[in-house]
Amino acid sequence: MAAQKEIRLIIKRQAGPESSSYTEEFAIPYQPNMNVTAALMEIRKNPINAAGKKTEPVIWESVCLEEVCGSCSMLINGKPRQACAALIDNLSQPIHLAPLSTFPLVRDLMVDREQLFDALKKVHAWIEIDGIFDLGSGPRMPERTRKWAYELSKCMTCGCCAEACPNVNAKSNFMGPASISQVRLFNAHPTGEMSKEVRLSEIMKSGGITSCGNSQNCVEVCPKSIPLTTSIADLNRKTTIQSFKNMLGSF
Amino acid sequence: MNQGKAENALRKLHSLSGVIPLGVFLMVHMLVNYSATGGEEAYNFAAGIMANLPFRYFLETFVIFVPLLFHAVYGVYVALKAKQNVLKYGYFRNWGFFFQRVTGFIAFAFVIWHIWDTRVQAALGAEPNFEMMAALVTDPLTLGLYLVGVVCVLFHFANGLWTLLITWGITVTPKSQKFTQYALMLFFIGFSALGVQALFAFAQ
Ligand code: SF4
Ligand code: SF4
Ligand code: FES
Repeated sequence: MAAQKEIRLIIKRQAGPESSSYTEEFAIPYQPNMNVTAALMEIRKNPINAAGKKTEPVIWESVCLEEVCGSCSMLINGKPRQACAALIDNLSQPIHLAPLSTFPLVRDLMVDREQLFDALKKVHAWIEIDGIFDLGSGPRMPERTRKWAYELSKCMTCGCCAEACPNVNAKSNFMGPASISQVRLFNAHPTGEMSKEVRLSEIMKSGGITSCGNSQNCVEVCPKSIPLTTSIADLNRKTTIQSFKNMLGSF
Repeated sequence: MNQGKAENALRKLHSLSGVIPLGVFLMVHMLVNYSATGGEEAYNFAAGIMANLPFRYFLETFVIFVPLLFHAVYGVYVALKAKQNVLKYGYFRNWGFFFQRVTGFIAFAFVIWHIWDTRVQAALGAEPNFEMMAALVTDPLTLGLYLVGVVCVLFHFANGLWTLLITWGITVTPKSQKFTQYALMLFFIGFSALGVQALFAFAQ
């Protein structure tokens, strides 16, 4: 791209959960290979808006700066993605930034993604390896399973999938596809499998897997290309079988 | 049973009821209609078999009306909980999700109207035969609305069958879901052609 003198950003801002929102435009000096996080850092260094007025620095969250923690998710030109992985040179300008709309707003671009972590706790998204005595080494995982399970393990609970999902919203209690996919991951683990019914029964409750409406937006927007709809369909099968077991009895 | 588990079962049953029995009845219904292309007598014969089945009221109630009412009312409840976002996320499947809900609402209105026009009139003493339908669709507006109604119902069925295969865990891989998507699209086009031809056969 030809050298530009400045980068223009239009940012949706809001001072707090109860305040009203507004947009503010910024123009910052162009440097090659910048990403959105770097642009936000520029604004923080020098919080002056495009009209030349001094303003409050824009608040956002970020931790890893390399697309593995998921905390810098926001709407960039309308699409949910990570600010640290969005290169300015690949974006059309002015760049529109807005907070994710599905989660409670904290301030400016920062939202509270607690519900995603609550869902992970709810579905028992871990493996029990501790006992009151040494349990010894666990069984091995077949390579064929490891391959796809590794892909699922890349989920960073960023919330992009929940943002794009039409069924995750204030009117519904759907937990969203990310935690459902984690059930598939932990149930695939030979030790995790021992408590698979616990996880399945959680996603069979209200707000669980049947709240998915198969719009498949989640799989389109996931920055980690996690096969969310395959996970959902697979667990549809597993929960169907589990229902029959619950109804007819099993050992 | 706790409320959460009921929801899981209701959603699965909602999906199932759209195909068994409603979808199966729909296909039989469309085939009976199509017999109208063979003339008045052929249609009256096919429709007569349906109308003269033993235990007719029992079948009508439990194969059609009860599942229909459940599917429609619960479907509206589910659809209203979604926040439509096709304009932001214009992916093919998201359009399917959107149209599934739109055609669901249209189908709801159309089916009530259609039951009023035919079944209720029959209960009030009219003779449900070729002539009755022909009289209805000679009006171009009615014919137009029936065409829209039939095509919407068929889309809703074909797309709903696609999601049923996922909801019940039958098609899991993207490849199998692609395959059923194409197969059901052909099914939709084929049955729509039959449905449209049947309506024009009445209108002639
Ligand atoms: S599944 Fe993908 S989009 Fe969803 S939270 Fe995990 S990484 Fe983010
Ligand atoms: S497929 Fe299901 S979970 Fe994924 S976006 Fe659509 S409704 Fe949400
Ligand atoms: S800062 Fe961790 S993903 Fe962007």
